[in-house]
Amino acid sequence: MSVANRPAHRPLSPHLQVYRPQLTSVLSILHRATGIALSVGALYLATWVIYAAADAKAYALFQSFNTSIAGRIVLGGWLFCAFYHLANGIRHLFWDAGYGFELKEAYRSGWIVVAVSLIATAASWIAGLRLV
Amino acid sequence: MNDLRSPLARARGLGSARDGLKHWWAQRLTAIALIPLVVWFAISLVMLSGADYDVARAWIGSPLVMVLLILTIVVGLQHGQLGLQVVIEDYIHGDGWKLALIVAVRFIAVIFGLAAVVAILRIGFGG
Repeated sequence: MSVANRPAHRPLSPHLQVYRPQLTSVLSILHRATGIALSVGALYLATWVIYAAADAKAYALFQSFNTSIAGRIVLGGWLFCAFYHLANGIRHLFWDAGYGFELKEAYRSGWIVVAVSLIATAASWIAGLRLV
Repeated sequence: MNDLRSPLARARGLGSARDGLKHWWAQRLTAIALIPLVVWFAISLVMLSGADYDVARAWIGSPLVMVLLILTIVVGLQHGQLGLQVVIEDYIHGDGWKLALIVAVRFIAVIFGLAAVVAILRIGFGG
């Protein structure tokens, strides 16, 4: 290993663990986490239509998971991830356009995102459970 | 103002990532497209939560749903692929692993996207 390639043992700057979690940082991390979850969810959605194009027996097998308790948790969790990532994504688009960078505004929009995603999730769960 | 970049680099306008705004812009464009699509799909998902084979196929196969569903899946997978690429670039430090994962994510997105489009068309046009 050449000198240039050797890892440097210099002190590292403080990282996440030394900071107290704040609304802004927690929401930022949650945006990535829900994004990763939704990417997997998109594959699941693709799998659903692929099964629907297959025969009825294969689809029934797939649907039996969806209607199980574990399936309900996955779909319910998907809905929360979608609503959260959607609401916070719109917040990001406002930032991209140059609005809402003041600390007070960032906190206010953050709480709006929390409220909107929780209300939308609760409403969809209630509606979903009534239909089953 | 003094610019440390060469005139050629400035003319190309690709920045330090050598990629310009392409990735950033594609992620925003797909994000905007997904706002109405995800709202529509979330409502549909709730409405269809207990649907059996025939109900699901009749829904997928109607013309408007076919278009919206293909858009949701294709644009959603593209947005997801772009997002995962950034996550991989941020957290995976070995060049080999980084490249392998970015390629794998892209391939998986394209394969599932294409399979889903074929499945939707097959349901809609009968087969």
